[in-house]
Amino acid sequence: MARRLPRKDVVVVGLGWTGSILALELASSGLDVVAIERGPWRDTASDFNIGTAPDELRYAVRHDVFLRPKQETLTMRNNPSQAALPIRKWGSFLPGNGVGGAGVHWNGQTWRFLPDDFRIRTHMIERYGEGIMPEGNHIQDWPVSYEDLEPYYDRFEYVAGISGKAGNIKGSKQPGGNPFEGARERDYPTPPMTQGYAQTLFTKAAGDLGLHPFPRPSANISVAYTNPYGCSMAPCTYCGFCERFGCSNYSKASPQTCVLPALIREPSFEARTDSEVTKVNLAKDGKTATGVTYVDLNGEEWEQPADLVLVCAYSLFNVRLLLLSGIGKPYDPATGEGVVGRNYAYQTGSGSTAFFEDAKFNPFAAAGSLGVALDDYNSDNFDHGPHGFVGGASITSAYTNGRPIQYHPVPRGTPTWGSQWKKAVKETYQRVTNVGAQGSVMSYRNNYLDLDPTYKDPLGRPLMRMTFDYQDNEKKMANWMADRCDEIAKAMGAKTTQVNRLNVPWNVVPYQTTHNTGGAIMGSDPKTSVLNRYLQSWDVSNVFVMGASAFPQNAGYNPTGTVGALTYWSLDAIKKYLKSPGPLVQT
Amino acid sequence: MRTDRELPGTGRTPPQAAKSKHSGHLTRRSLLASAALLIMTSGVSARAVTKVLPWQPNDAYPVPPVIPGGYLFFTPAEAATVDAIVDRLIPTDDLGPGARDAGVTTFIDRQLTGPYGGHDWLYMQGPFSSTPLPTQGLQSPLVPRQQYRLGLAALESYCKANFGGKSFVQLSGDEKDKLLGGMEKGDVKFDNFSSRMLFNAVYANTMEGFFADPIYGGNRDMAGWKLIGFPGARYDFRDVMAKPNQAYMLPPVGLQGRPAWGEN
Repeated sequence: MARRLPRKDVVVVGLGWTGSILALELASSGLDVVAIERGPWRDTASDFNIGTAPDELRYAVRHDVFLRPKQETLTMRNNPSQAALPIRKWGSFLPGNGVGGAGVHWNGQTWRFLPDDFRIRTHMIERYGEGIMPEGNHIQDWPVSYEDLEPYYDRFEYVAGISGKAGNIKGSKQPGGNPFEGARERDYPTPPMTQGYAQTLFTKAAGDLGLHPFPRPSANISVAYTNPYGCSMAPCTYCGFCERFGCSNYSKASPQTCVLPALIREPSFEARTDSEVTKVNLAKDGKTATGVTYVDLNGEEWEQPADLVLVCAYSLFNVRLLLLSGIGKPYDPATGEGVVGRNYAYQTGSGSTAFFEDAKFNPFAAAGSLGVALDDYNSDNFDHGPHGFVGGASITSAYTNGRPIQYHPVPRGTPTWGSQWKKAVKETYQRVTNVGAQGSVMSYRNNYLDLDPTYKDPLGRPLMRMTFDYQDNEKKMANWMADRCDEIAKAMGAKTTQVNRLNVPWNVVPYQTTHNTGGAIMGSDPKTSVLNRYLQSWDVSNVFVMGASAFPQNAGYNPTGTVGALTYWSLDAIKKYLKSPGPLVQT
Repeated sequence: MRTDRELPGTGRTPPQAAKSKHSGHLTRRSLLASAALLIMTSGVSARAVTKVLPWQPNDAYPVPPVIPGGYLFFTPAEAATVDAIVDRLIPTDDLGPGARDAGVTTFIDRQLTGPYGGHDWLYMQGPFSSTPLPTQGLQSPLVPRQQYRLGLAALESYCKANFGGKSFVQLSGDEKDKLLGGMEKGDVKFDNFSSRMLFNAVYANTMEGFFADPIYGGNRDMAGWKLIGFPGARYDFRDVMAKPNQAYMLPPVGLQGRPAWGEN
């Protein structure tokens, strides 16, 4: 029997990017806020200490800062005809854990989605006709536009100190930026990072091909910066230990760097760590949440009553919490009805590896979002007519790291071990670079999340089941992008190139990307979405759900910039809600 | 104020001190990280954090350095076999030391005694499927310690049966390579054990041990890093960014500094 604690105004589930931002904004307005986080407290000084942080084995290979699958994992299969089995060891994606969440270990690639991405269904049908839409798709327009979100993208970028070069300020194109981007009110808060030799070659080659390269927006910031919360960041040192690691330099934007120093000073804020929220509790009418139940390390159950419940866990675990709490109707692919778990999507990766006769690329001098990108093949920036697929990709020349356990490439056909392998490793390390395409994934009837019938977590609750595969549309798109990458790689002067195509079926073993989207999507119709345009639950009006779980499908970019923008967008709506509680969108 | 003696030039405590500090912390941290302990811990509950940061100065979480010498998991015969395998995977040649000479067997031995060796952090609840799909990844109930113990025994039996009573270590270089190649493809059938599972475990751990920070017992004298020119844990390459397409001249450093710092 859960013991009841004193009421709070707001309970926040999960203390990562979205939870820390909402907690700070609401606590500073005088509300009593408690954040409940299932993982440990983490801070730069002790957890990402410079004497311990650059340790590839501990963090990148053994997954020290990630959620331990023992605590919670998912089951997976490629389609509903198969039996799902647990992801016993993380591979394809790496969910975070603890204070800071995935904001601790991310690379820092911080994008705004393109205006067309938000009305992709309408736009594609208007321009190409119904015929272009892939079979079995669930593609939906977003219930918000780029223009709606622009001020909120801006807020997140200024909190995170993002380094970049605007390509479009108030409709006026800026040389050296991304000409395809939506109009922004002002430039990035800090100038772009320094680029390396490979990026110089890429910039010239892409320009010669008539493409439009620009420095990738980065949360590994280029200069010292103090954000609107008074949190200070230091310049990135290009150490090459971003993704899978916390940053010792206070250079990578994260909750620890950009939000928590201000949040922790708020007297009406409390964090409870090592405490797992097991359920959002509902009143008898099923339309109001009364708070949450959580379990601490002793296995003690506590009930935390609250007037407002903000679900801010990682996207996948937001969906599971809704399913376990009975908020919203679970999605059933057999009937196509229900909403929770619907429209799970992911990201494609493809590209070309370029081997040079003579170069010193120094891949170890790197940062999570170092790189030069181009958007000529993203969204609908090019004519899809001849290709017959929906979606696109951002194409990038980048080094996120040169860490040798996981990065010691050799040309295809090289033996996998022995003296020949050793020689190839030595000769290749400095002379190989990559042109990569990170592509969109549309949503489909048979890509979804639900509760697994067999496997349980340590508390005896069902694990979530992921049913996902890349469909023909994504395969076609990603492989077309791989050829575009190869053209650029060749133009860079590579001696030989290897095209990396998208292999199906989706395999959980090799790392691909931690961009798991959908499952608790926002929309205009309660029949096809879990949340309204303000990220408020259609069914339970004092529950708001943040994160990439809200995306109706995924675009050809990393999600965090849009997750940040949606958080600030929703915050304004939450403030309205607090003045006059109830549904913000009438059905 | 720290009272324990620091290693010169590293700001780190000596291994013994680090170890004792670490063992206390390891318990605490692994408690924090493991939900399985929800049911058995006492005196540790949720941590409430409000108005002050919950950490002390110098309260970092280093790994305890591996002290080479002897084996904690392998029997002498197993260690000799692993030595022989890793020496074929990454041989010592004119390009420099290979895996055996870089201490990879010690690295694997110490890894097997820790949480990795028991898959302590992984999801190991049943049922275990006998027909997993290739896309579903790890689905074996055998943890690395069992994979090595059973796998090395199966390898030894196979060699005795197929090479006139010889052990793996007694085979010629070519025989070893041919056998390892067959294990890699799964063409070689051991009794009651997947030859490929053993190969994959040793292969993955060899790459880890050859290229990981020397603090874990492998990559001795930074042989793996020197092979490719990885500077290690320097944590600041702004100088490299300022000079594109030029060779990096400084020698590598690890979490414990450099071997040269301890020699005069």
